[in-house]
Amino acid sequence: MTTTTSTPTGAARAASATADYLDQRTGIGHAVKYFARKVFPDHWSFMLGEIALYSFVTLLISGVFLTMFFVPSMGETHYDGPWPSLNGVEMSEAFSSTLRLSFEVRGGLLMRQIHHWAALIFMASIVVHMMRVFFTGAFRKPREINWVVGFVLLILGLAAGFSGYSLPDDVLSGNGLRITDGVVRAIPIIGSYTSYFIFGGEFPGHDLIPRLFTVHILLVPGLILALIGLHLVLMVMHKHTQYPGSGRSDKNVVGYPALPVYVARLGGNFFLVFGVIALMAGTMSINPVWNYGPYDPSPVSAGAQPDWYMLFLEGALRLMPGGAEFVIGQYTVPLNVIIPAMVVPGILFTLLALYPFIEAFATGDDREHHVLDRPRNRPFRTAFGVSLLMAFFILVLAGSNDLIATHFHMSINDITWAFRVLLFVAPWLAFVITKRICLGLQRKDRELVLHGHETGRIVRFASGEYIEVHKPLDAHERWLRVQHEAIRPLEIEPAEDSRGVRRKGYRRDTMRRRLSELFYEDRVEPVTPSELAAAQAHGHGSHDAVEAGPATRELASSAPGGGQHLVDPHDETAADGRNHTV
Amino acid sequence: MKALAARRHDRRAPVVLLLLALLLTGGLYAVFAPAPAGATPEQAAATATTDDIAAGKALFQANCATCHGPTASGTDVAPSLIGVGAAAVDFQVGTGRMPMQANGPQAPAKPVQFNDEQIAQLAAYVASLGTGPAIPSAEQVDPALGDPANGMALFRTNCAMCHNAVGAGGALSGGKFAPNLWETTPTHLYEAMLTGPQSMPVFNDAIITPDEKRDIIAFIDQQGGAAPGGLDLGSLGPVSEGLWAWVVGIGLLIALAVWGGAKSS
Repeated sequence: MTTTTSTPTGAARAASATADYLDQRTGIGHAVKYFARKVFPDHWSFMLGEIALYSFVTLLISGVFLTMFFVPSMGETHYDGPWPSLNGVEMSEAFSSTLRLSFEVRGGLLMRQIHHWAALIFMASIVVHMMRVFFTGAFRKPREINWVVGFVLLILGLAAGFSGYSLPDDVLSGNGLRITDGVVRAIPIIGSYTSYFIFGGEFPGHDLIPRLFTVHILLVPGLILALIGLHLVLMVMHKHTQYPGSGRSDKNVVGYPALPVYVARLGGNFFLVFGVIALMAGTMSINPVWNYGPYDPSPVSAGAQPDWYMLFLEGALRLMPGGAEFVIGQYTVPLNVIIPAMVVPGILFTLLALYPFIEAFATGDDREHHVLDRPRNRPFRTAFGVSLLMAFFILVLAGSNDLIATHFHMSINDITWAFRVLLFVAPWLAFVITKRICLGLQRKDRELVLHGHETGRIVRFASGEYIEVHKPLDAHERWLRVQHEAIRPLEIEPAEDSRGVRRKGYRRDTMRRRLSELFYEDRVEPVTPSELAAAQAHGHGSHDAVEAGPATRELASSAPGGGQHLVDPHDETAADGRNHTV
Repeated sequence: MKALAARRHDRRAPVVLLLLALLLTGGLYAVFAPAPAGATPEQAAATATTDDIAAGKALFQANCATCHGPTASGTDVAPSLIGVGAAAVDFQVGTGRMPMQANGPQAPAKPVQFNDEQIAQLAAYVASLGTGPAIPSAEQVDPALGDPANGMALFRTNCAMCHNAVGAGGALSGGKFAPNLWETTPTHLYEAMLTGPQSMPVFNDAIITPDEKRDIIAFIDQQGGAAPGGLDLGSLGPVSEGLWAWVVGIGLLIALAVWGGAKSS
């Protein structure tokens, strides 16, 4: 056996010399040391943001390849190439170079498809990541700013997707631009000027593709890169949130060090994401522009829709009755465009962007939170998120109404009417149902903590009485179910002080209290130590009294039966991470 | 006896019975199902004799007169067939749309009810009632003689708004639809353009010349096969692409993330 310490190999010497060289000139050692020892908590849902990051890297790499061959010009040319259906057809340089890229450049079609699938995955993973952050309350102080950064990234992603989708100058994307033009013109007063400004004259003009190209390859990706940097810096600065569990608190981070665990996994994850995207691109055709042909303002084909992330806008436009347009003097006010294309997305996006601030206002909480919420423990938030998603989903379906009609043999008119109703009813219904489910799950948690798991063992006493044996939860299981804090509606000071003088800011406080009641009036509070002690002390008979415990509106009193429970003895010496003081 | 009864209550018995029942139904269907009539429209275009017309009239009286009237002059539930020509009959009967199975927004294509000879006889009878478009010749509909590039340009301006950019089909109002064109024979495509069945407008020879019709047929002939980029996902555009991005892409990636997370804990 060779000794390793005294005689380092040549490679190791070279590596250490290089590291030393770099460290002396840049001080990089501090950074490496900091990150190597940085602890990250572990959960699969923390990888969702990473999927977005890696699909963005995939977009950058494949995008660079595409720019080598794409000609961002609306100059006219005639196609002459291997695709027979377009031979000799007049088209723009942009469309012609896209065809050349697809059919003549080696690997070009694969790269185009990687780029487009990666774009769809990028947007989808942003949405999934955002859902994770929303439903677990990871946006609470101190992370509100990072939520807004993430939200802006979502909007920039939409901008990147839309500008890139339009670059090949095919009929389908041209239809999308035509709709954009219509929406821009619908803006009161400045609409037509803005349209001329964007298109450099009458639609479609000759300027748009070069302009979109600059937006797509320079402006938007630059901003996205910068904001991703900010997003990650803030994430490192705040430390990563963690799911609740024994031993985890707002003051610690339980997980693994970045080096070697996460560095290896991060690298591996990139190849997984890239691999899935490449697999899709190699087997499934996407955006076959040669089917649609070069842009020409006259044809619109059936099934003309935007990519999925813009589909909700298409759906809103399809649902809006066309008659909502009126003329004042010589000015047309096209509410049939303004409402679906500006008001509806405006409402959805504003609610999404401002939610952390609305919730903080309703909660009146100024503390930092690093332990995530279980979605069931925040019924209003969870229900609100589900209903927002439901509205989005209905709009997406409405945008696909023609395909639903042909594939399920239904009348498109009926489908449209059904969605018009559902757009208002379904989010409300989703809200009510989700909230009930959350409260039900919380009640189940209470029940479990107080009475333990059912064992299915029935015991008969000498007196003839039957009871079921319950097995109490271990300390870790119990902690998970009682660690959260029950948030109660805010109580405000009276309108007048003791001398009868009206208090400033009372109206604002009243509004705040109403909002707070909306959020937290219905709730099921976690089991307190005294309740648990009471339940365990006389585990038999009177736990109705115990359960009714904290003052909540009619919710906690659903005691299941009044039967007796016999509790198995269990080991209470196991470590209990509770630092519960009520 | 007891053993037999016990075996009859085996847990697997319902599954076995179900399989047997399915096998029986499938077998019976295979035996009794009507064999699809192989439509070779060229034969239908053969010259009609008076015998054909008489035979066609008999078929008409038996199968079509209930709705179209004994003299084919139409009733309040079905249009007059005088002057629609042999092309209309060949298309409607040859694709199984007629005789109509049930009232609905639109008569869908279904298994053909008559053999080629009967279709030719029906066509001859209806053609004898008044002048109308005839069944096109084999040369008129040969995709090899058409120019697909011109066909695509014509298709985009005249057909794609209902039939989708490559003829994958699309929705119309009130449950009607423009069907997928990939399985339609060139002769039937030509006849549809010529006669405008159901919701479709008539594209007569003044609007789209016979040569241009053949160009369109040449374009459609290239669709529905292998797509250059892999699976065509139905050629339905971004909606099906988005669906697959979520189902396959995000589905796989989340599964991998869960797998990675499970490995460590």
